[in-house]
Amino acid sequence: MSRSTEVFIIGGGPAGLSAAHVAARLGAQTLLVDDSARVGGQLIKQTHRFFGSSNRDAGIRGITIADKLQQDIKDVADRLTVLENTAAVGFYHNKEAGILSQNAYERVTYQSAIVCTGATENSLAFENNDLPGIYGAGGVQTLMNVHGIRPGQKILMIGSGNIGLIVSYQLIQAGVEVVGLVEGMPTIGGYLVHASKIRRLGVPIYTSHTILKALGSDGVEGAVLCRVDDKFRPVPNTEFEIKCDCICLAVGLTPLIDLFQQAHCRMVHVGELGGLVPLHDSSMRTTNPDIFVAGDASGIEEATTAILAGRIAGARAYESVHGKSAEADTIVAEAREELRTLRSGSTGERIRWGRERVLKEVGEC
Amino acid sequence: MTSLRIEKHPVLSFPERKIVKFYFEGKEYQGYEGEPIAAALHAAGIKTLRYSPQKNRARGFFCAIGRCSSCIMEVDGQINTMTCITPLAEGMQVKMQKGHGYIKP
Amino acid sequence: MLKNDGIIAPEELAPVLPPPARLEKGPVAIIECLQDIPCDPCVSACPTRAIKMKEGITDKPQLDFDACTGCGLCIPKCPGLAIFVINMKHAAGKATVSMSYELLPVPEKDQEVTALDRAGKAVGKVRVVRVINPPAYDRTAVVTIEVPADQVNNIRAIRV
Ligand SMILES: Cc1cc2nc3c(=O)[nH]c(=O)nc-3n(C[C@H](O)[C@H](O)[C@H](O)COP(=O)(O)OP(=O)(O)OC[C@H]3O[C@@H](n4cnc5c(N)ncnc54)[C@H](O)[C@@H]3O)c2cc1C
Ligand code: SF4
Ligand code: SF4
Ligand code: FES
Repeated sequence: MSRSTEVFIIGGGPAGLSAAHVAARLGAQTLLVDDSARVGGQLIKQTHRFFGSSNRDAGIRGITIADKLQQDIKDVADRLTVLENTAAVGFYHNKEAGILSQNAYERVTYQSAIVCTGATENSLAFENNDLPGIYGAGGVQTLMNVHGIRPGQKILMIGSGNIGLIVSYQLIQAGVEVVGLVEGMPTIGGYLVHASKIRRLGVPIYTSHTILKALGSDGVEGAVLCRVDDKFRPVPNTEFEIKCDCICLAVGLTPLIDLFQQAHCRMVHVGELGGLVPLHDSSMRTTNPDIFVAGDASGIEEATTAILAGRIAGARAYESVHGKSAEADTIVAEAREELRTLRSGSTGERIRWGRERVLKEVGEC
Repeated sequence: MTSLRIEKHPVLSFPERKIVKFYFEGKEYQGYEGEPIAAALHAAGIKTLRYSPQKNRARGFFCAIGRCSSCIMEVDGQINTMTCITPLAEGMQVKMQKGHGYIKP
Repeated sequence: MLKNDGIIAPEELAPVLPPPARLEKGPVAIIECLQDIPCDPCVSACPTRAIKMKEGITDKPQLDFDACTGCGLCIPKCPGLAIFVINMKHAAGKATVSMSYELLPVPEKDQEVTALDRAGKAVGKVRVVRVINPPAYDRTAVVTIEVPADQVNNIRAIRV
């Protein structure tokens, strides 16, 4: 079996859905595939109100933003095909890709592709880190907020970035006791409003601490924590035990990039963006001119910025099929301006550096 | 069904689903039709899904979205089934996978 | 210190506290959002435009205490649950604190609940004087409790 499309989008998170909406609205025949049962990406697991710009849905819950994005793409249903439970498994020569759904394999020929595969979760090295009961933050969210099952009764959270803080709050909402939140750095990584929110519900925040080992043999029964010095070395004689029946790792995300490598896109390592990312210009075009990128796959950031970058990629991918368009230019100009303001200020500093490094490499900055 | 199931949630509501029977290591359990097998097992209090090939260590699920392979089990005779994304169905026979598992001749 | 343990220290809180003269006039908001983050739903939530961000979305919110009527509409819109409304003119020796509440069970008017400080430590029983939870608030209830006046900036959560 084979299909052909003008614009081919991989991943239906906020980036992919926004790219699909723009490309199809402008007039491109568009195909979007997502390997999960429902499009929406990270959003379908987020019960909290999103921070970000109220122009772009901040202040409403992630699950509601997902519903809105899905509603938006219904307007362009005549030009957009969405395949759920369908994974893109490879890029080949001559603008061909392979997709796999419920054991059926198909080839897709496209003119422009936009890869919005999001990110994977990092793990952490400590003794017994493979015990049943140690889960990634995404896994905990999926179990709890998609399937309605608590990961356990008492959980220990590792990592104080926004994900660790927000998932802790979601765990409390689901009726799980969060016995502590551990962070190696001396200061909290995520937004302090999210930290205060769980702290005043009684969650101890252990900055300058780490987990030495998980306790238990067939499942988690507790953990040993200790202080660390400014070089992250454990401080002797500061170990203590904490009881819990599961441990959640929220220790960062890495862009999901295998498809770019297959498509021979040049990659660059940028720590501020979460690791290896495909080089791309301000149109979100990679070094393979037929392939664009948007969202966390281009560097770990946020839903609001993923939506905006998706809009840029969707508009430019449309143009690379149908030629220059004033409407596309307007969409891109507006999105760029919004991105600039979102990334201004001190919390946007790291992202700004990271983004600038990528643009420098392609000679745009 | 068990205390790990969320009955009431301040933000979310979970739709009514059909209850089905399935078997884990030959013993009967209940779960909701269509939920991932690993989720049904977790709700039934079963966290060890397999033993690792080299060191024979207990393993549970980790990512819950079909990326890491930590949750592979034998389902209706099919080894290496990712149970975190395989929907539960009536009468399924689910078994722990020891090591790499066996393919029946 | 807020950035080490999530607890706002008194000296960190001081700049966002309303002046005593304003407290004399009745309910007023306190916005405990002390970091430059890309977030702004509070700005558009306020009907009197009392919340401003001078440098754009990544700036900290600035509250014009005189323009604020203490209506509380901004409380449930804040993703950080960082906005509280206090009323020092509630009754002799008593003040009220209004806050977002997104857990179960949602308390009822006149119910006794446990008041918690910024570290989650129980500081005593308090009475709920109002619960607002309309569909427009989308499952974030705004709960108002009656507290001893000297606890008004110490109590920041409840356990039902
Ligand atoms: C706990 C948590 C809280 C957050 N809170 C906020 C917040 O308050 N505000 C905010 O702005 N942001 C927030 N974020 C960040 C935000 O959710 C992400 O930045 C955003 O979802 C990234 O969008 P994306 O489209 O790039 O990727 P994703 O949302 O991850 O979507 C990627 C999609 O691609 C699919 N996919 C991957 N590979 C393939 C393949 N090979 N074939 C087919 N499909 C594939 C995946 O299944 C997924 O559906 C939060 C994130 C988390 C985890
Ligand atoms: S309490 Fe009312 S008037 Fe005061 S800042 Fe909030 S919304 Fe504006
Ligand atoms: S909405 Fe809340 S978290 Fe966001 S800027 Fe305003 S006060 Fe801060
Ligand atoms: S838990 Fe990762 S693939 Fe199933």
